[in-house]
Amino acid sequence: MIAAMTDRRIRVLIAKPGLDGHDRGAKVLARGLRDEGFEVVYTGLRQTPEMIASAALQEDVDVVGLSILSGAHMTLVPRVCRALRDEGLGDVLVTVGGIIPDDDVAALHEAGVDRVFGPGTTIGEVAEYLRSSVRPRETA
Amino acid sequence: MTDGNAGANSGDPGELRSGRGDDPGGGDPPAARTSPRGAHLAERVRAGDRRMLARLLTEIEDRTAVAEAALRVLYPLSGGAHLVGVTGAPGAGKSTLVAALARAVRASGRPAAVLAIDPSSPITGGALLGDRIRMQEHAGDRDVFIRSMASRGHAGGLAAASVDAAAALDAAGFPIVFLETVGAGQSEVEIASIADTTLVVEAPEMGDEVQAIKAGLLEVADIVVVTKGDRPGAGRTAAQLRAMLTVGAADEAEAIRRAEAHGRRRPKRPQVVLVTAPTGDGIRDLLDALDRRAAGRDASAVRPARLARAAAQLDAVLAERLRARLRDAHRRDEIDAVIRAVAEHELDPYAGADRVMALVEGSPSGG
Repeated sequence: MIAAMTDRRIRVLIAKPGLDGHDRGAKVLARGLRDEGFEVVYTGLRQTPEMIASAALQEDVDVVGLSILSGAHMTLVPRVCRALRDEGLGDVLVTVGGIIPDDDVAALHEAGVDRVFGPGTTIGEVAEYLRSSVRPRETA
Repeated sequence: MTDGNAGANSGDPGELRSGRGDDPGGGDPPAARTSPRGAHLAERVRAGDRRMLARLLTEIEDRTAVAEAALRVLYPLSGGAHLVGVTGAPGAGKSTLVAALARAVRASGRPAAVLAIDPSSPITGGALLGDRIRMQEHAGDRDVFIRSMASRGHAGGLAAASVDAAAALDAAGFPIVFLETVGAGQSEVEIASIADTTLVVEAPEMGDEVQAIKAGLLEVADIVVVTKGDRPGAGRTAAQLRAMLTVGAADEAEAIRRAEAHGRRRPKRPQVVLVTAPTGDGIRDLLDALDRRAAGRDASAVRPARLARAAAQLDAVLAERLRARLRDAHRRDEIDAVIRAVAEHELDPYAGADRVMALVEGSPSGG
């Protein structure tokens, strides 16, 4: 098989910060992105911002996708963004999905979030966004 | 990485001829030797920079020239770490065991590294890497470095990538590296068996005594770990495995003599241990057994594994070099012609391979 062995794959961390235990959405997204050809690291429930940043660093991901349905996004998301910056991961793309009121979106962008996906977003939309937005890496 | 998932179809047999001309350096060893980024990465990794270690592991997974340049620096500085392969059926408790072992390693004052491999989809090339879920207790501990790796499609390449990744972790100062694989197929058995020490994880009541004497996974074990020791039947499972795996052990000297006389490899005689990972029962003893194997009197036990690993690495790198040459744009048309001829049955695949080899030998690539 003379297939290229050097494909650069987009690596995505899917994490659920905070205490809500509803991870169906996160799992559906993880599975869907797998089917779109991404390498998805799923870390499970109840992650602290520091745990998420540490996993993002060790896994060298291009994207951190946060799923929050508890309403605590205005507290948790800025903390995750800060923890990522503290680890030197300011260039990692951050997306948020779940129940996020429109009024909060601008503040989340301000905190460092690149994109908020609301209910009804399709896997295809997320995949297209990630492919077109992940920052290129230096080579050679 | 504008072409992030451009290779999504590269596992497709229909893509046999579609080598990528913009392959980042896979076929260009001289460039690798002078990659400033590779040298920089190696230096940062040696200095304990975890971010750059993570970056290097990505380069290694992607089999890039940067990784090659860094490994040329790091390989001579590694070799001290104990590479422990952990394999077993899905759900047997590998990740939980590795998390417990990492806890014991940390309790002994050492850092620990984990490479956890999950399968890539043969259809889309995507992967869902979920081993971290069982290792959450270590999140935030800088001295437990956990990295998930997708198996991707490469034949032989996964073994090379995981051994290279282990070498990088070794050079970064991790004295023990756990390499966790899914025990579902031959390639995983191969990866586990090139570790210094191979643990095969068995859950209780997973099969009768005959399962234990069938050829396969249990044969590559240096230590068989029966997990979930608090379950009913766990003790019996361990006892049965012990009994079946030591059949004929009394005649070991005779078996060795006969195997050597015929130039055969001798089956291993694994030790069987029973653990309950969440409570830590049996874990300390298991780590002690691992440390004994790594040090002093059992070091000779590890030597054949290191030879097998070196052979597998050379094999993989040679195969990569050959593939890189075959992807060379100048030869692609000629190779396409050979592929078409074989498809039309005008040429047999052996004669086709002769022609391709002649092409490769006739024009050296890049020195």
